[in-house]
Amino acid sequence: MSELKTKLVLLLGVALSVVVLYGFLYLEREWEIGVLLVMVPLGVYFLKRANALTYYQHAAREMPRFTWISFALGVVVLIMLLRHEDFALLMLTTVLLYATVSLGLTIQFGFAGVVNFAAIAFFGIGAYSMAILNQHFLHIPDLLIIFFSGAISALLGALLILPILRTRGHYAALITIAFGILFRTFLEVNDVLGGPQGLRVSGLEIFGWDFGNSFPNELGGGSFYVAYAIVALVLLATVYLITRLIEASWLGLNMDSVRLDEVASASFGINGPRWKITAFMLGNCFAGFAGAVYAAMYGFIAPASFNLSDSLLLVSIVLLGGIGNPVAVIPAAFLIVVLPEKFQVIQEYRLLLFGIVVILILRFRPSGLMPRGLRQYFAGRFG
Amino acid sequence: MDLGFIAQYFVNGLVQGITYALVAVGFTLFFGVLDVIKFSHGDVLMLGAFTALALFLGLDQLASPAWLSLIIMLCIGILAMGLLGALLCKFLVLPLKESPPLNTLLITLMFGSVIRESVRLFFPNGSNPKPFPALLPEASINWGNLNLRLDSVILISTGALAIVVTHLIIQKTRIGLAIRAVAQDEETARLMGIDFKKTVLATFALGSGLAALSGISTGLYYQEINFSMGLMLGVIGFSAAVVGGLGSIYGAIVGGLLFAFLQTLGAIWFSVPAYKDVFAFAVIIILMAWRPTGLLADRSAERV
Repeated sequence: MSELKTKLVLLLGVALSVVVLYGFLYLEREWEIGVLLVMVPLGVYFLKRANALTYYQHAAREMPRFTWISFALGVVVLIMLLRHEDFALLMLTTVLLYATVSLGLTIQFGFAGVVNFAAIAFFGIGAYSMAILNQHFLHIPDLLIIFFSGAISALLGALLILPILRTRGHYAALITIAFGILFRTFLEVNDVLGGPQGLRVSGLEIFGWDFGNSFPNELGGGSFYVAYAIVALVLLATVYLITRLIEASWLGLNMDSVRLDEVASASFGINGPRWKITAFMLGNCFAGFAGAVYAAMYGFIAPASFNLSDSLLLVSIVLLGGIGNPVAVIPAAFLIVVLPEKFQVIQEYRLLLFGIVVILILRFRPSGLMPRGLRQYFAGRFG
Repeated sequence: MDLGFIAQYFVNGLVQGITYALVAVGFTLFFGVLDVIKFSHGDVLMLGAFTALALFLGLDQLASPAWLSLIIMLCIGILAMGLLGALLCKFLVLPLKESPPLNTLLITLMFGSVIRESVRLFFPNGSNPKPFPALLPEASINWGNLNLRLDSVILISTGALAIVVTHLIIQKTRIGLAIRAVAQDEETARLMGIDFKKTVLATFALGSGLAALSGISTGLYYQEINFSMGLMLGVIGFSAAVVGGLGSIYGAIVGGLLFAFLQTLGAIWFSVPAYKDVFAFAVIIILMAWRPTGLLADRSAERV
């Protein structure tokens, strides 16, 4: 394929996705969403029949940087299209933040094979760090505070390193589950951190731009969520870039080999614990970043938002997308966050339906919607 | 501290500990035969308690005496949950036998939330806590500060009896022999003519029946049940089984009693009683770092 043609194919893909996403976020009536829900799989099916999907995949593989940047710009366009819709932007930002956490889980589960059923606890640590640091250290720029929140999340996660390294499989799963419950109970009984009532969080202020205000009129005006959506997008794009760079490099290769067979890779001189620790801390750090932005956006956090079931929701996103495939978490996060919000009729039944859907996926398509492909040793370089 | 207080804490802890041990025995059984964690265990327990409650409400209309109601509730509750456990195993767990353990863990977790949500949505007024009938005799004896309730004694002895019976089933009967054989080496067991599927289904039925028993005794003890009680009991039972060492019944008993002991200790030590769970789970994490395969299970050497 010529370069121009490849670029056109990629742009067409982005444009189609933006239209579909806009439809999902903008439409409000249930029948409209229902029609869209029928149309999208049909569309995907016909594209697949026409070999358009493979065509697109080849194109994306040839020019990974172009794909990545065009998608990010596509989301910027989406945000701008939705700039007056508070609720749609809130959902979109939540999707972006959940996808960020899921990328952390992808590094943990998918690359290094470290189980983590406490993702929401690390998300929560980031959120609480944001709340406290922002309140007490007014002169520190907020961007640094987001960074520190991630670092604190990773450092507190370091407490679990020893138990996780010494155990495996179900035993390691228990440790993270126990940590998640411990964290939530601790928040509830601890008065310094607000107890069950939670804490207020002041909004972000980056480069002198107070996010509490609505979007500046010179840029077209709009809801104050626009700023948070952009921050979340930048965060996701950065984290995605890091994840892909790890995947493409010897770091990812080492992590993969540790996951597939720790003993065998040790005999080739790969230090298993080192890669497990790296993956675990990095993933928790991502969760912490996302938590910090989440806290600033909602302006209020309470222990009730950090349940075991939320950790499971995040694990389900990774599983629904396809374990180990960084691209897949983004549509999966979108489906899991947006669909229940859109169907108010099923609001009451959504956990039930969600459970049934995940069971069906595990039973009949256990590799997820977009399974991770084989590692490409001689592909176009990324980044 | 007064001796009576200590004895009181001991008795309360023992009731808790036996309940946890019953749940943990289930986890250990499933892990033994199939190397899987059935995470819906806690919710099966809750459903057992709700089934018993529904039966009681029905029997109450027929004016049946308390003891008869209790026996019917126990029998039907245990049988129904045993059946549910076997069905769960047949349709959700066994088909995923070859896939990564994470998938099994997740599918059973999700099945658990399906049960939980169904009870919340479809049981009349299911999202509120439900009073559970006090069917056990309410007599109690006072020695100083110790108030020994007769129902505690009955619950402790029933739980202990159930564990002993499970142990005997596994050690003395034919199906128990098959369970042990499958747990030790699945392929060899198959070669010796053991019906693998039947054995695994029987194990799941047995474990789920025990969960129903512990659900009903929790209801009888606290006289209140709610749709989310299974989540915490399931996690605690899992912790107990893991700390004791998955696959060992003694380990499950030790783990269950240990967890109740830790909670009691935490409740005595900290002025805020809610810290007891924080304390208990923190100790569990430390114990796991110290003995990664549990307190009682033997360490297995790894082979390349």
